[in-house]
Amino acid sequence: MIFPTTPYHIFSLGDAAITIDFGNRIDIAINKEVIARFNELQQHPLPGMIEAVPAYSSLTIHYDVMTVIKMNPAGLTAFEKIKQQVERKLQQPVMQNDTEERLIKIPVCYEVNFAKDIEHLATTKNISIDEVIRIHTAKTYKVYMLGFLPGFTYMGEVDEKIAISRKPQPTNIAAGSVGIAGKQTGIYPLASPGGWQIIGRTPLKIFDAKKEDPTMMKAGDNVQFYSITKNEFESY
Amino acid sequence: MSLKVIKAGILDTIQDMGRYGKQQLGINPTGAMDKYAMQVTNILVGNKPGEAVIELHFPASVFMFAQPALIALGGADFSASINGEPVPNLHCIIVDKNDVLQFHKPVNGARAYLAVRGGFVIDKWLNSYSTHLKAKAGGFDGRSLHKDDELILNQQLNFSIKQDDFIVLPWQADTNYLPVDKAGLDESKEILIIPGNEWERLATESKENFSMTSFVITRQSDRMGYRLTSIPLHSITNEEVVSSAVSFGTIQLLPDGGLIVLMADHQTTGGYPRVAHVISAHHSKLAQMKAGEKIQFRLTDQQTAEELLIKQQQHLLQLQNACTFRLEQYFK
Repeated sequence: MIFPTTPYHIFSLGDAAITIDFGNRIDIAINKEVIARFNELQQHPLPGMIEAVPAYSSLTIHYDVMTVIKMNPAGLTAFEKIKQQVERKLQQPVMQNDTEERLIKIPVCYEVNFAKDIEHLATTKNISIDEVIRIHTAKTYKVYMLGFLPGFTYMGEVDEKIAISRKPQPTNIAAGSVGIAGKQTGIYPLASPGGWQIIGRTPLKIFDAKKEDPTMMKAGDNVQFYSITKNEFESY
Repeated sequence: MSLKVIKAGILDTIQDMGRYGKQQLGINPTGAMDKYAMQVTNILVGNKPGEAVIELHFPASVFMFAQPALIALGGADFSASINGEPVPNLHCIIVDKNDVLQFHKPVNGARAYLAVRGGFVIDKWLNSYSTHLKAKAGGFDGRSLHKDDELILNQQLNFSIKQDDFIVLPWQADTNYLPVDKAGLDESKEILIIPGNEWERLATESKENFSMTSFVITRQSDRMGYRLTSIPLHSITNEEVVSSAVSFGTIQLLPDGGLIVLMADHQTTGGYPRVAHVISAHHSKLAQMKAGEKIQFRLTDQQTAEELLIKQQQHLLQLQNACTFRLEQYFK
């Protein structure tokens, strides 16, 4: 797949980072371009680039001001210099091979003791708990981005029938908890305070600091949930 | 042979320049809050500026050296002593076996740094020594230091102390560029900022208030970020900001009209309007401020921000040259 450049807006994120914003919205096509451009930057980093961070519809480059200044004879600021380079990159379309996308299957136990908000969701949306499970497991979700916590995936979009706003106050959430916030779904890789409505828990270790790749998922992956029983969870 | 913790402090962790390259996975950089002071402290003992150090908060740990070592203290002044005798910040100190280092009261600043020549024998996690408290990885077992922890030192100091006591070496790092020195915090608590992408969302009056009024650092402030209060600021739009990357120094406008400034342990991404960013050269000054203190923001531009950062870097290089020379002379 080839992506011609989506209209964009470039801004400085402080004095040592630059963000390319492709539209401030959640949109699969935009997100695919963000990830394709992120992958391209990983292979061909800009001089002075420290790292790039893809998000829903933006791509940020953190850079080393001193390195960029040193390559800059024209007296531009480091930001202006790096902006020029970014714009040059953006003039080129970017390629992405769709076959590179992975499908990851995640077992989830939706039983109430692992799913403190599933009853609330079912009642609010006027459907049965079984229906919540059926709808949540029926679709393949796109990992748009990681953020908030190491390995936390922002995935979407869930069916409107199970979409629900986040809780007004954060509560303590166990590692592996699967939640919904608006039309997003995600997995808490670590125990943490959080405001998402929790509908289940996976026995998988979503984040493992000891592994070379500590996070199970990365942006661009596809995820499908499947339901397991409490016994299966405990013997996993 | 090691450095032993004989009493634990409230939050003392191993830190370095931070963990970069994995923010795409939500793994935030962490690292020292005051990287400038951390580098100065390392340079004093002849380390690479980014060597792992211990970042101390008050009340800080009590340490005992199980071997002679060359150390330096920098950043906040916590009124340090060795074997009960006061020792200054920003000097090289040769400590002997069984010397006890402790900290008595917070005189100024919020985070002190202890550098040991050669650094510590610890494993890197994802290319950094910094402690990631949430991930329980990096640094010393991924946690703050506890009583009876033993940090193995990388280098054996071939130097015998005849008087059987510690020695404070006579030179001191130039403090012109430091946010914290013997005279206390830099007189001006002014923090320079550059506008963020959502600056224009602020109502005209709120833009004025941003630099006209001062902001108080609340108790809800830690290594992740500082919550600030003042006159509530108003946004002219409720348009959502789709989650996107943030950075050390990013100032976000919260729904209640307050602000949060992101610090070393900040998340990789955020969904609040980014109204401004603290310039890199002032991160260190900000890192030395505590709950209850007032911040005065002043707008500047990209060019000034970069120039101030370059000056800081040049000062570090000068200091490095001077310290290398002094250490060579002393240990000749």
